[in-house]
Amino acid sequence: MTSEPISHSESLVESSQRFRAPRLINQIFRWLTLALAVGIGLVLVWITYSLLSIALPAIAQFNLGFLFTQVWNPVQELYGALPQIYGTIVSSIIALIFAVPLGVGVAIFLSEDFLPRRVLTPIAFLVELLAAIPSVVYGMWGIFVFIPAILPILQGVHKAFGWIPFFSTAPSTRQMFATGLVLAIMILPTIIAISRDSLISVPPQLRQGAYGLGATRWETITQVLLPASLSGIIGSVMLALGRALGETMAAAMLIGNANRVNVSLFAPASTISALIANQFGEASGLQKSALFYQALILMVLTLVVNMLAEVIVNRFQQVE
Amino acid sequence: MTSLSRLKRRAVLATLACASLGLAVSCAPSSPDVATPSSGTSPAASGSASGGSAGGGSATLSGAGASFPAPLYQRWFADYNKENSGVQISYQSVGSGAGVEQFLAGTVDFGASDAPLKSEDKEKFKAKYGAEPIQVPMTGGTIVFAYNLDGVDGLKLSRDAYCGIVTGQITKWNDPAIASANSGATLPDSEIQFVHRSDGSGTTFGFTNHLKAACPDWKAGASKSVEWPVGTGAKGNEGVTAQIQQTPGAIGYTEFSYAKENGLKMAAIENKAGKIIEPSPEAGAVAFKGETIPADFALLVPDPAAAEAYPISTLTWVLLYPEYKDAAKKEALINVIKWSLDSGKTAATDLGYIPLETELAGKVETELGKIK
Repeated sequence: MTSEPISHSESLVESSQRFRAPRLINQIFRWLTLALAVGIGLVLVWITYSLLSIALPAIAQFNLGFLFTQVWNPVQELYGALPQIYGTIVSSIIALIFAVPLGVGVAIFLSEDFLPRRVLTPIAFLVELLAAIPSVVYGMWGIFVFIPAILPILQGVHKAFGWIPFFSTAPSTRQMFATGLVLAIMILPTIIAISRDSLISVPPQLRQGAYGLGATRWETITQVLLPASLSGIIGSVMLALGRALGETMAAAMLIGNANRVNVSLFAPASTISALIANQFGEASGLQKSALFYQALILMVLTLVVNMLAEVIVNRFQQVE
Repeated sequence: MTSLSRLKRRAVLATLACASLGLAVSCAPSSPDVATPSSGTSPAASGSASGGSAGGGSATLSGAGASFPAPLYQRWFADYNKENSGVQISYQSVGSGAGVEQFLAGTVDFGASDAPLKSEDKEKFKAKYGAEPIQVPMTGGTIVFAYNLDGVDGLKLSRDAYCGIVTGQITKWNDPAIASANSGATLPDSEIQFVHRSDGSGTTFGFTNHLKAACPDWKAGASKSVEWPVGTGAKGNEGVTAQIQQTPGAIGYTEFSYAKENGLKMAAIENKAGKIIEPSPEAGAVAFKGETIPADFALLVPDPAAAEAYPISTLTWVLLYPEYKDAAKKEALINVIKWSLDSGKTAATDLGYIPLETELAGKVETELGKIK
């Protein structure tokens, strides 16, 4: 780890001469990268500013009440974001409920030596390919394959557990729950790939130590490997949540775009990004500004998620 | 170590080169195949090549706006281009709202909208260009109730029935209000799944404009997007069509042409005179007969009184500037519109649109004469 001592004074002089020109390049490179880094920050500020400036009429008119009102009425120019905020958060939670256990489970399987590497590597590769499927394809697949396939199951759930408010309406062909499931599939590769990487990078000494103390494989996984890689796993979940919150195309195609809060998950709902994608084309005036207000909310929502991820990851890293 | 990695790198480079070579080789024989259809299918490209030799006026026009008449406009402009290869018209179906905005901003040669210009937009236009914009109807369309019910053909909906469906007061297919008009049919005891547009659209404008006039309990008003009391939203006519096809018990509204093309069942509905009318462009055209046309052509017939009229029909407009600096452009634009209203009629009927009547078309021609 310690840097190598320079043995001869000659070589130091020699090297300093040799590096004079590169030093200038170093300087240029440094300033260039600095400018680029600052530029990225400025782009963020710029986007936020332009969102804000267009959203301003809506913010002035509806204030924070916008967040808690269930109305989207372009005729009377009354707007609120409650159904969209609700739909965005609930569909993402459904996605996480299914994707986290599944994703972490697959990550554990892929990082352990249950099967020979030549079997595991293709599986890992296929999982990552899931991430390469465009979301409009997920949307089409959802409409024509996935939802028709799971609808009978959901109908069974509705018949058996209809007394639970979440399942109280007959499953619609466009609905919150199925959208959540498709989102789960979309965010799986993120969770699996990053969790697997962090599980693999747990120092082998920890594992060997646990085995040496007589722990079984089960105990090693649950009490040593998972806690040690927790920061990475949580990071992956937060990234996945970010994607689920912002997912536009698949949500717009599957969720049913009903601007109402409905407790039943089998009923159509709406998300922020779906509403924007749907109505932006024909919107003008206050409606456009209300859409930008929604975009601002989505941005803040994802920002909070990212900051939360940062805090959690830091905390767990300190525990290690 | 180093030599080994260098070797490896060389190997990688070699394979890369092979791959790119392979691509180039595999690409070479196929390129003529690619070129032939592309030049064949795009009349714009061939038109530009032969434009000089055609001898007639030559101009390139661009328009943007409404998506509902887009299939017809594209057909018209392509057909016109075949006859007058010097004139190329590109039309972007970006939506009426965006069309009006681009028209006001002056970035297009003409705009198109499914709703007449609002007075505030006219004011804006006057303030910027110092004259009234010219707004003329191009074609009409019929909006139908398309549905998916096994074993029920020729569904008939009374006013009470379809008003109840869109307001959410009628939720079951075997509701007496529906059953009374369909004595022969066996209507299921299932939920009605109403499907509406989730994006802003001229179709929704025409549809809600009718509901506002015809249904006493319709409170959501008339606009390109409204607050729907019931139902699920789907994007575009094609989205609504797909959702109806897929959902047993679904009913929704689409353009006649979409429903026809996709083989959806269409309901016959009761008009103001109390007659139940099958949807068709002919029955839709009756709605505009005998109506007095306002000076700005903003003719809306939300609920036609004629006994044989299909109740939900709407016009769509193009927006023109009162003055064009480029004389060739002006000439071409006026000619295209005249041609579309006259020779383009068959194309309109083919695609399920309502061609303008001769009288109305004549008035449009007079209006076009005002363009400087």
